[in-house]
Amino acid sequence: MAFLNDEIKKQLEEIFEPMKNEVTVALFATKELCETCEDTKTFMTEMAEVSEKISLDVYDMNEDATLAEEFGVKRVPTIVLLGENRKDFGIQFNGIPGGHEINSFISSVLEVSGAGEELPEVFAERIAKVDKPVDIKVFVTLGCPHCPGAVAKAHKLALENPNIRAQMIEAQTFSELSDQYQVSGVPKIVINDSEELVGNQPLEMFLDAIERL
Amino acid sequence: MELHLQTKPKAPSVSDQEVYDLLIVGGGPAGLNAALYAKRKGLKVAILAEKVGGQVLDTSSVENYLGLPSETGEGLMKKFQAHVAELKVPIKGHVLVNQIEDGTLKRVHTNTGQIFQSKTVILATGSKPRKLDVPGEKEFAGKGVAYCAICDGPLFAGMDVMVAGGGNSAVEAAIDLSKIANHVSLVHRSQFRADQILVDQLIAKENVSIHLNTQIQSVEGQGLVSHVNALDKETGEKVKIEGNGLFVEIGYLPNSDAFANLVKRNERGEIEVTAKCQTNIAGIFAAGDVTDMPYKQIVISAGEGAKAALAANDYINTL
Repeated sequence: MAFLNDEIKKQLEEIFEPMKNEVTVALFATKELCETCEDTKTFMTEMAEVSEKISLDVYDMNEDATLAEEFGVKRVPTIVLLGENRKDFGIQFNGIPGGHEINSFISSVLEVSGAGEELPEVFAERIAKVDKPVDIKVFVTLGCPHCPGAVAKAHKLALENPNIRAQMIEAQTFSELSDQYQVSGVPKIVINDSEELVGNQPLEMFLDAIERL
Repeated sequence: MELHLQTKPKAPSVSDQEVYDLLIVGGGPAGLNAALYAKRKGLKVAILAEKVGGQVLDTSSVENYLGLPSETGEGLMKKFQAHVAELKVPIKGHVLVNQIEDGTLKRVHTNTGQIFQSKTVILATGSKPRKLDVPGEKEFAGKGVAYCAICDGPLFAGMDVMVAGGGNSAVEAAIDLSKIANHVSLVHRSQFRADQILVDQLIAKENVSIHLNTQIQSVEGQGLVSHVNALDKETGEKVKIEGNGLFVEIGYLPNSDAFANLVKRNERGEIEVTAKCQTNIAGIFAAGDVTDMPYKQIVISAGEGAKAALAANDYINTL
């Protein structure tokens, strides 16, 4: 099944135009026991065809277990966005970034490629000061219009500071994990399993929470 | 799988080095229509918005906008944005205005630490969902208490849910949820305010029960919501309505706190405006859901935005 029609492809070509560096979409999947792996692979194949600067590498969670561990990939399907020279920024999508999440996928691809938005100084300084490991989970549903904003902000934080990692988690695909984190409202942002935010919070709320850790 | 690609029409950037004729704060129907009218009048105009598209984006379907009998909230906003983009109005998104200084030039401060300058300002910051304000609501926010049915509905697939409210938003949410949930209980403290056409659709659903004249008094549960305690106002009896989700759709509160010290607001926090969308401060106008204009509707906000822009233009001509 194709996900991208000609109209969307044309729009995407324009959107990806400003990309500077190459971005590798590293997709971890399994051949069995994964409902959305095949769709995610098709979707990502089509996205990679839209821009020369996007390439797709598909890995098998079991056969490439060492690499999965290196990137901290724990479940399938998971997408890791790698920058120039396959640099890992700790930016992941757990579950297919479809529905509204295509927007966070686009925004993070642009960011990783070096064509992102410049951060206002007030935030850049605070982000640079984060000196302990920070793990941000953003639970989303694909029908949620304000979830991509939260994912994009978490990914931006990860991009700007190597101590920060951030992952989108599609709540329905990973329902057990969602239950474990008691997700019944999205976007739900969990930081280091101790700080929680609900809603597409402004960047200063993310930073306040990180500074409380 | 449906893709909701947000095409950001190319817009010039907003400069903090220039002086604008009009700065519009807010990117919903009022703000966008104000931009359209102002630009056509020849004003040097720009938009500062937290979320271009506004609350309409959270609406699954819009069926009461004249000329567009069946639109999604997202589809409608794309049309609005595309129209404004044709006129190349500068837009700065993802930005919150946290203070405005009055003066011959208004100085608009943002959370990004910038200050923008303009002869006039239109406040079109819209509103946010109103809360029930009962015990348990805050405690269970994000643990069963929800304010966006299209976002959080899928998390309650096959479960029993409740919807609080009796207006169009509540009835639409209940109809949407009835397709996902096992059972939907709509609870409202008085009679339906929703359009009859929607109420009829809701009543036709087999897995929906309706509790009118019923006031929710508390949200209960352990860790997650399990039920609400309510008062049946006709019989005076206490009732327990069960469900793991409570979708609160009881109207809206204006996003006006940042302007509390700037303009006069009514007891509901709405900015008071004249028929020409003027606030009590010369050169500062307001339009849409953030104002005390009655009936919060997309078409009305859009119209008010147009009025505010024309009034700002008149004002500039007197300077």
